[in-house]
Amino acid sequence: MNIKTTLLAGAVAFAPVAGFAADLTIGFSQIGSESGWRAAETTVTKQQAEERGIDLKFADAQQKQENQIKAIRSFIAQGVDGILIAPVVATGWDEVLEEAKDADIPVVLMDRTVDAPDDLYLTAVTSDLVHEGNVAGQWLVDEVAGADCRVVELQGTTGSSPAIDRKTGFEQALEGHDNLEIVRSQTGDFTRSQGKVVMESFLKAEGGENICALYAHNDDMAVGAIQAIKEAGLKPGEDIKIVSIDAVPDAHLAIANGEMNATIELTPNMAGPALDAMEAYLADGTMPPKWIQTESKLYTAEDDNKAVYEMKKDLGY
Amino acid sequence: MIRSTHLPLIVTLVTFVLAFALCGSQYPSILSTRVVANLLTDNAFLGIVAVGMTFVILSGGIDLSVGSVIAFTGVLLAVILRDTSMHPLTAFALALVITTAFGAAMGATIHYLEMPPFIVTLAGMFLARGAAYVLSTDSVPIDHAFYDTLQGIYWKAAGGGRFRLIGGLMVVTFIVGAVVAHRTRFGQNVYALGGGAQTAKLMGVPLAQTTIGIYAISGGLAGLAGIVFSLYTSAGYSLATVGVELDAIAAVVIGGTLLSGGYGFVAGTFFGILIMGLIQTYIVFDGTLSSWWTKIVIGMLLFAFILLQKGLTWATTVRKRRATGSAALS
Repeated sequence: MNIKTTLLAGAVAFAPVAGFAADLTIGFSQIGSESGWRAAETTVTKQQAEERGIDLKFADAQQKQENQIKAIRSFIAQGVDGILIAPVVATGWDEVLEEAKDADIPVVLMDRTVDAPDDLYLTAVTSDLVHEGNVAGQWLVDEVAGADCRVVELQGTTGSSPAIDRKTGFEQALEGHDNLEIVRSQTGDFTRSQGKVVMESFLKAEGGENICALYAHNDDMAVGAIQAIKEAGLKPGEDIKIVSIDAVPDAHLAIANGEMNATIELTPNMAGPALDAMEAYLADGTMPPKWIQTESKLYTAEDDNKAVYEMKKDLGY
Repeated sequence: MIRSTHLPLIVTLVTFVLAFALCGSQYPSILSTRVVANLLTDNAFLGIVAVGMTFVILSGGIDLSVGSVIAFTGVLLAVILRDTSMHPLTAFALALVITTAFGAAMGATIHYLEMPPFIVTLAGMFLARGAAYVLSTDSVPIDHAFYDTLQGIYWKAAGGGRFRLIGGLMVVTFIVGAVVAHRTRFGQNVYALGGGAQTAKLMGVPLAQTTIGIYAISGGLAGLAGIVFSLYTSAGYSLATVGVELDAIAAVVIGGTLLSGGYGFVAGTFFGILIMGLIQTYIVFDGTLSSWWTKIVIGMLLFAFILLQKGLTWATTVRKRRATGSAALS
């Protein structure tokens, strides 16, 4: 009875929206919900679609490429007007993108790119991942100001482009600064629990007093690592400086509490520019540039992190 | 009258037809060649590996290693094609030999050391996954003209559906699998083994040969599925196809094969695969349901089929007992 009422209420609530939004149907193949940032990206994408009166078909791939390929093929079979993909890995998209192109369905890549000829997709909306790593590295270089520093690194999912590029960017920033040395680098799979586990092993292997800074490829791993550092009896943010990427609400909170030092924002609003490009293309064939870059803003203790936290906490992070 | 051994197969078939009609009535574009072609192409690797799994489960065993073997094969091919000038066909042959030998070795361990298949293939799962990681932790792209040729082979049906080579390969595997299971001495031995090792031995079934053969087939088909998966994604990735062994087992059970072994049909597994693919398609078409509903629906289906199996086994025993009972009385 209860479920029925809810379903009915839902149907009634959505009916006018669906009727109004009949003009555009967009399929969105999301990787999954492995991190808070990803959940926020999903929320913002759904908000953006609703604001524009777009009927969004959402498919969660549960971290599996085969699920994403299946979802995209189903979108094509369904005859959607456009497809948004946040690709889980860079390789193996040629065939399915060709099918989309054949069916005249524009595809916009979000937040990650793919190894495919660039005529197979309309545009890619991403942050510059190498640049993010670079900003993080540069911050650390300035922060230690010449003092010796042994750095440990928590990498993202092995083989994923953010893991590769954020590592590259960070290393580039550290180049020529011999006082900074990356002593350990291991994957924490972008998750809180793995971040904690791997940080524990770092602390055991190196000894907490020998680690001066932690660079995590995302905030979730950093938050997990903060827990591990606290449990080891050290003060995160003081004994071990922490810089990571994404700027999720918990990271702002950690900075406000002095447990973390810096985070670089990866905006969850990839769908805004992506849908702008898509709508313009569908309306009059305007070709967007092949790459739309989002801003990578650095947040430190100098910013009002409490305020940012309040603003971001309801996005579903 | 319908034989009770056929009932699970018929239930599967009816479930599929009903589900397809139901989905089609809600989203008419599901009844298109595109969706049919997608079901075949997207589930090709799963279907091939499920044929091997059908043999294993028919014999009363289980093979948990297949998902890892698929990933291993993919990475092996990608690394070979990246680092050597070996032709893909030679690499395919090499991969099939390795995976078949791997399966045979597991079969031999299960038979000669009298170990439960669950443990042996669990070890195999870790071994193969580990070997894949050792070869490469990154996703290795495959860029070879021969791959492009194979991927470019498809038949475009009216309505835009593309029936690709790998989908065809899956159908052929199912046909060959069905012929081997139902029309050869080996197939009979597999069923006999599933009915009980002791009875099979008394019937003169060569146990060692059959067990090793079954796991060799499963390993070899996992290797073939790995080749198909590498064609599907143009890459080898050691993190790929995690948990596919469980999907394959689910497809076999939904397809009407008894988990305890001895009863079942290869064709049933085919429809098991299609049902699972259809559920996923429906959820994407809907676009508002969480994708995790796929798992919930598959879980419920599995549960329903297990209940059905249990009911049938119970009915058969009761009938047998009654038969023997009356025989004793007279």
